[in-house]
Amino acid sequence: MSYVPDAGHSTLIRLFGEDPEVITNMLSTEEEGVAIAAGSWLGGKRSVLLMQSSGVGNCINMLSLPVQARMPFLTLVTMRGEWGEFNPWQVPMGQATEASLKAIGLTVLRAETGEDLIDIVESAAAMAYDADQQIAVLLGQRLLGKKKW
Amino acid sequence: MTATMDRRQAVKMLLDARDGALVVTGLGSPTYDVHAAGDRDNNYYLWGAMGGAALVGLGLAQAQPEKRVMVITGDGEQLMAFGALATISVARPKNLDLIVLDNQHFGETGMQASHTGRGIAFDKIAAAAGFAETGVISTLDEVAGLTERLRAKAEGPRLFVLKIEAKNLPRSLPPRDATFVKTRFRAHLGLNPS
Repeated sequence: MSYVPDAGHSTLIRLFGEDPEVITNMLSTEEEGVAIAAGSWLGGKRSVLLMQSSGVGNCINMLSLPVQARMPFLTLVTMRGEWGEFNPWQVPMGQATEASLKAIGLTVLRAETGEDLIDIVESAAAMAYDADQQIAVLLGQRLLGKKKW
Repeated sequence: MTATMDRRQAVKMLLDARDGALVVTGLGSPTYDVHAAGDRDNNYYLWGAMGGAALVGLGLAQAQPEKRVMVITGDGEQLMAFGALATISVARPKNLDLIVLDNQHFGETGMQASHTGRGIAFDKIAAAAGFAETGVISTLDEVAGLTERLRAKAEGPRLFVLKIEAKNLPRSLPPRDATFVKTRFRAHLGLNPS
């Protein structure tokens, strides 16, 4: 697992960090995690990249690697800039997230409720690792709740 | 001082002594240099994804802890992955060596000057970031010494800068089919095609 932190991922980051079977990499920028995931797969391991929607823009060219090499790729993206967002700086990338991912060739799934989330992530992981697809799961801001200030 | 080391000879010396190491190449001339030394199943050539080579190496090193991983890339490619040195240093793999072929130029795009000719020294940056070993190599005799040094077990990630002549050599082109090279590489490790 590799990540640039987001509040919406904090529990998952902690759980992965406590799991002795998982190697966790903290990144200085999100596209690093795309390259690490490619290396992991070349070496026979699965991985997942956790990031916030603002990080998707950083990843676009690096995503040509799993897309071109048809490597399994799974990322879980917590959304900003789409539901009750108070920070206008989050809106442009939040609104461009799904379109950007699709433009570079990823398949995009969305979870809007906690009930859906587990099914959707399981399905995404199956598509990535059983079918060699490059998948992003967007976790809607409505699901995560507004950021408290 | 103008570097005069021949990049193809330097890379061939490193690869002749690879001893089973898995190799990842940065796009452009390093990819051609590694291919020119002999196409091998345990080479993964990047033709794009600039800034990704060192981190593909990290993911591979973590997935294959019993194998040594050698990333061979250029100064321009590594400049795009400046933060990767922090990420790799914190991850602290003991089986990852970064070789930066430094001609102080962006050779693939018309030999424009790069930052490394203007004071940016990757060996010092990697040392400051906490790499276990770093150094600068300027002659083929020193490359011979480096091959010996790389045989020794590392305490953490290592980075060596090879100052090479700024010259565009005839291209030696590996397969551009990333899927084929991936499958071939994984088969070398005994892994299934998908």
